[in-house]
Amino acid sequence: MNPEEAAAKSNPIEQFELHRLWPFEINGIETSFTNASLFMLLAALGVVALMILATSKKAIVPGRVQAMAEMLYEFVAGMVRQTAGTEGMKFFPFVFTLFAFILIANLIGLVPYTYSVTSQIVVTFAFAIVVISLVVVYGLYRHGFGFLNLFVPHGVPLPVLVVLVPIEIISFLSRPVSLSVRLFANILAGHITLAVFGGFVVMLLGAGVWAALAPVPILAIVALYALELLVACLQAFVFSVLTCVYLNDAIHPGH
Amino acid sequence: MAIISSAFAAEGEQTTHEAVGAGEAHHEGVFPPFQTENFAPQIFWLVIIFGLLYVLMSRIALPRVGGIIENRGAKIASDLSAAREMQSKAQAAAAANDENLRRRRDEAQGIGREAQHKIAAESARQRALAESQAAEKIRAADERIASAKTKALANVEQIAVDAAASIVEKLTGAKIDQAALAKHATSSN
Repeated sequence: MNPEEAAAKSNPIEQFELHRLWPFEINGIETSFTNASLFMLLAALGVVALMILATSKKAIVPGRVQAMAEMLYEFVAGMVRQTAGTEGMKFFPFVFTLFAFILIANLIGLVPYTYSVTSQIVVTFAFAIVVISLVVVYGLYRHGFGFLNLFVPHGVPLPVLVVLVPIEIISFLSRPVSLSVRLFANILAGHITLAVFGGFVVMLLGAGVWAALAPVPILAIVALYALELLVACLQAFVFSVLTCVYLNDAIHPGH
Repeated sequence: MAIISSAFAAEGEQTTHEAVGAGEAHHEGVFPPFQTENFAPQIFWLVIIFGLLYVLMSRIALPRVGGIIENRGAKIASDLSAAREMQSKAQAAAAANDENLRRRRDEAQGIGREAQHKIAAESARQRALAESQAAEKIRAADERIASAKTKALANVEQIAVDAAASIVEKLTGAKIDQAALAKHATSSN
């Protein structure tokens, strides 16, 4: 096998390709069940297994998995209460579902030969749009036009406001973009890096004496994998913390 | 370079997949996350799966886990309060026991003190009796001694008179009237 051929076999982009497992469409809109959908389903089933099956005994003294479910519950509940206040607890089910789904999807994506749901910008952007829509709708519902105070920092003189209000509006509008791109880019970059280093191993193995160097990228993969585990958890956390922060803006729009 | 060549390779490979989906063939070589024809199916399934997951979480999982945690907190709190109640009960019982013990001890001490007093009084009475009896005996003895003494003294007088009469008789040869002598002796006494 020549190196060129080996590299082609370990195309680092290939892992993000969508395969239609069950192609169909509704009203001319393609709604095929793809490998991405399959892993969305697996992530959701993972969350259900953790949160529903493992807690079915409702034990006073929890087993390992129930303790994990409780830890996750209390962790997210604490996060929502801290960042969005007790009033923010009405969004707890949403933030919890978001965090648990993204976390499990990220972790499943780290298993070789699986598909990373969150490596698709359309998925992360859909989440971000839901979050921002929720913020805007709840903000307007709760405070009416008072919600627009969000763009008018308190106690700032008028000439500065002329500059500041557009900046605030732009920063608000860029929130869904930054929110979605952060998660998407982190997961995407991590998986590409892992695949590229994996490709190095294949290339070195196919390059005669250089095969002796093949363990070096493997060590790098091990280190990167640990980093990616951290990133998978951290990005799920960052996404949900920012969701809480934005929801807090909707609950308390005055700066 | 490997990536570029692989992209071409992927393009070649994808032509074989053309039958799978009409849209897939359009954007050969486009970075997969940016292939717009991939958006609709992903959003469709995401909405369904995430929506279902949200319903399951908010209706079943979270109330259940919250209930478990709350139950445990309530159980711990009730157990703690029960333990506290038991403890206060035990403390009350210990205090009652202490009080009882103290009262019994006082009682016992009272009984002891009473007995002691009784014994002391009895022994005092007995001593007084013995003393009075002894005093009576002493007095009787004294009386006896005194009578014996007067009797003895009277005898001594008679002896002295006899002795004096006999001395006088021996010396003078005259008989002396003993009565006069005795009278003289008693007067000189």
